[in-house]
Order: sequence, then structure tokens, then C-alpha cells
Amino acid sequence: MESKLKTKRTGQVIFSPYSSGEGIKKALSLGRENILFELKSSGLKGRGGAGFPTSTKWMLSAAAVADKKFIVCNADEGEPGTFKDRVLLQEYPELIFDGIVIAGFTIGAQTGIVYLRGEYEYLLEGLEDHLIKMRETNFLGKKILGKEGFDFDISIRLGSGAYVCGEETALIESLEGHRGEPRNRPPYPVDTGYMGYPTVVNNVETLSAVPHIIVKGADWYKKFGTEKSSGTKLFSVSGDCEKPGVYELPWGISIKELLELVEAKNTKAVQVGGASGTCIPKSQFNRKFGYEDLPTGGSIIIFNESRSMLKVLKNFMEFFVEESCGQCTPCRIGNTKLLEGVEKIETGEFTYAYINVLKDLGRTMQVASKCGLGQSSPNSFISILENFKDEIFHTKGQGGKNE
Amino acid sequence: MLVFEKNALSQEIESLVVKYGTSRSALLQILQEIQRKHKYISDFAQQEVARLMNIHPVEVNSVISFYSFLHSKPQGRNIVKLCKTISCDMAGKETVENAVKRELGISFNETTKDNRISLEYTSCLGQCDSGPAMIINEKVYTRLDPETAVKLLNELK
Repeated sequence: MESKLKTKRTGQVIFSPYSSGEGIKKALSLGRENILFELKSSGLKGRGGAGFPTSTKWMLSAAAVADKKFIVCNADEGEPGTFKDRVLLQEYPELIFDGIVIAGFTIGAQTGIVYLRGEYEYLLEGLEDHLIKMRETNFLGKKILGKEGFDFDISIRLGSGAYVCGEETALIESLEGHRGEPRNRPPYPVDTGYMGYPTVVNNVETLSAVPHIIVKGADWYKKFGTEKSSGTKLFSVSGDCEKPGVYELPWGISIKELLELVEAKNTKAVQVGGASGTCIPKSQFNRKFGYEDLPTGGSIIIFNESRSMLKVLKNFMEFFVEESCGQCTPCRIGNTKLLEGVEKIETGEFTYAYINVLKDLGRTMQVASKCGLGQSSPNSFISILENFKDEIFHTKGQGGKNE
Repeated sequence: MLVFEKNALSQEIESLVVKYGTSRSALLQILQEIQRKHKYISDFAQQEVARLMNIHPVEVNSVISFYSFLHSKPQGRNIVKLCKTISCDMAGKETVENAVKRELGISFNETTKDNRISLEYTSCLGQCDSGPAMIINEKVYTRLDPETAVKLLNELK
């Protein structure tokens, strides 16, 4: 088991000093409109990967008229190579829960639900303990900090090992006790979410940034990052490097700078955004992270010269075949066909015509699949076969006799 | 299944339904508790859950079949899940995998004859910075090498 590393972590926003409850106190004194204003001018976007403006989500559900509203914290991080939420849940629960309470106050919700992935069940006890402490100090419960009419509590629900439940409508289906199959959108959860009520679904990291923005202000937050991508991002770095782990870095940093920071050597490729992201070859290492160029949920997997990119691709495609929920045909059949294609390349029994058909199939999946899983699963297939075709298709002979 | 076993299971499920309520949103929590205790959810348990929650047994079965952590067939007393996703794979998952298979004399997705251990693969466990990783029941173990993995399994009752 890992030891507590909290004292060692430093960062500009999320890992900057914060004392439990600070954000809630400030939020209650600011009032709803000012919170939404601060959030909007901070430019905070969803940190799960999709990058939808958080303030828009909050405004839409704040404007919705209903007798119940919900805040759902998406702690179902399942993207291969992502573990930033694990660190937040384990070491910074006060940020997440304070973020949920602030969100609840802003949109007028009574209940917050944390959907914790089944793989993180070992974190449940620590989180429940923190909730008990919050109830004792009236950061949760009736009339929070004496605020008339603001009753709010948080419960934690476990997932059961389904990657697709990280998709917000699938997550809501799962919370309602169904198979985690994504819904058609619209209607969006902001007006028709959990049990049909307006629901804000936010990523763990997004909610963790909120208390800092509320306490220190939008102008402070915007000092970090770039013009279109404000603030910082947590990067989960794994693979071939000396210092894997979670790093908080401002948007706008380049792949090359990140590789130096984590002491990666002989790097051939970097997978940005996990299995559903894209594979970046050496020639593009000067590209920068941010919504302008390379948006990402923060999963960074590093491959050095010794790795076979075809094997990497096969691992990704096996993942998607396993995790596709099977509801829509492009994703269910498409991923199986792409995996078959990879296996054919592996044994050498392929034609280029067929590979091109599969790339077309991939592009069809990107537009025809029902949810983000099928829309993004062909990304690595297309980018790896395109960027590493020399390695995969043009292997040179070793010399010697013809047999 | 013996009659008194059935009665005990019925009582257990009844108390779960009292604890979580009969609303459909409680279904997954009830199934998770049964899974945690019995390591699988038997046909009889599925029917009881359906009866008490007033839904069709097929609905219960379809939920179980969707989630990889819920089982409808008997499993060993301990369920061991090894992460097979890329970062753990690069960190040496295969040596752990082979050692575990050799030691127990079974393959993955199988259960030992003495019903002690079931081996499974799982997708990314979120421990990519400290792979290879494995979950034994609910507990996570990281930075495994073949020797420690085998030792952990031998300690299981």
C-alpha cells in the first residue's frame, strides 16, 4: 500500500494550501450569482477530458425549476493511465467535498452523490470518515453554517467495474440501479438527470479546483495556464520514465518539457489521453497541452524505443472490446473488427486495402457511436497505424540468405 | 441448496432490502453486498431480490451480467484480479501472471480445486504509477513482483 505523500506535494492551484471548509464559508458569504460569476470568469472547464465549461453546466441547472436537484461527483476514473482522482480522493477529500457543497449551494441542490469506482473501494472508509467530520462541524446537514434553507448532505455509492460508467448518463443509469448503458443526449443531465431531476455531473478534479477559485478568486486562477486554457491540470504520468506519478502543471506546457520533468529517456511515443486518446510520435513532442492544441483528461503513458507499438495498440483494442457496453452497433462490432485487424497485422495476414477499410470503419465509429467510448476508441487505432507505419508495416530485413 | 440455507439467505436479503429500500436505485447496492459476502449471486438470491423489490428476475440478472465485479456463478473464497492494462503490462504483469498460474496450477478465469482462489483479469485499476497491481477481494496491492504476489496468495485462507 502506498504511504501518505501529502506533505511532499506542491502545486499552483489544487495542491496549494487550503484548510477544510474555507471555500464553503466564502461561498455562503458571496451568494449564488457571485459564485457563478467567479466561476465563469475563471474559465474552468471539465477536467474529465471533455472540457465542457463548468459554469455553463451550473448555470443551466441553477436555472432549471424542480423540487429536487442533485450534484454527482464522477469518481469513476477508468481511463487507462489515469490515477489523479485516486490521489485527490486519498489525500485531498476536503477539496472534493467542499466543491460538492459549493455546487449544491449554487444550483440549489439538497443531495450530493459521489460515484466511486469499485476498484477504489479501499478508499471508502477514509472518505466516509471525512463526511462524518463534516457533519459534526456543520459543513453538512441542516442549515449549513447557519444559512437558512441550505440543507445538504453527501452519500457515496460504489461502482462495480464498468469503464463506460464514467460517461455521465451511463453513470446516472448505474446510480438508478440499471445496466450502465449511456442515454441519448439531449435531454442532458442538467435538466433531466438522476431520477429525472436536474443534475450536475462533475469530475473529481473539476470539483477540487472550485474551492480554490472561490477563495482566491478568478483573476488569481487565470494567472496560470494560457489564454484559452486557464488554470492548471493534473497529469497522471506512467510508463517508461524515472518519476511516474501525479503532477500539477499549468496548461501550455509542452510534451518535451513534461518528459524532462519526469526524466523519461529514449522516448519513442507518448499516449495522451489514455486508450481513447492519441499517440504522439517524437516528431511532435513540441506540441503543447491545452484546449488550443492537445486537450486531455491528463493520462500520459510514455513508451521508449524498446516498445512495440503494435502490441500497445493490441492492448488498447482488447480494452475497448472488453469495455464496450454493447448497446450500439458501431462500438460493439467496430471495436471487435479493429482488434481483428490488429491481430491480422501481427500475423502478417493482411492487405493494405483491408487496413484502409478498417480506418474508414474507425472514422465511421467516431461519428456514429452513441457515446464517447465508441466515438473515441478508434483514435489510438488510427493514430498509431498512421504515426508508426514505418515500424509496423515497413520492418526492414536483417540480411542473409533467401530460403 | 438446503432448505435452511435458503431460509437464511432469504432473511439476509430481506434485511438488505430493509436497509437500502425497495427503490430501483438500491438494486446495485444490494447486489454488491450479496457479492461481497457470498462471492457470487445465486439464481435463488436473484429471484429473492426480484421478489422483494418487485421487479422481474431477468432485470436483476441483466444488471449482474453487465458489471464485471458481479458474478452469477460460484467463485472461490477469495477473488484475485490482476490488472492487464498497458502500464501494468509494461511494468511486468506477465511475470506475475505466469508465476501465479504456475503456483496455483490454474489459468485465469478459473478457480482452484479447493475453492480457495479465483483468478481474474481486470481493466485499469488506477495504480499505473506503481504497477503491476492486483486486487485481492477489496484490497489493492501494488509494485508486485512474482515472489510477493505468490506469497500474498499463499497467505489467503
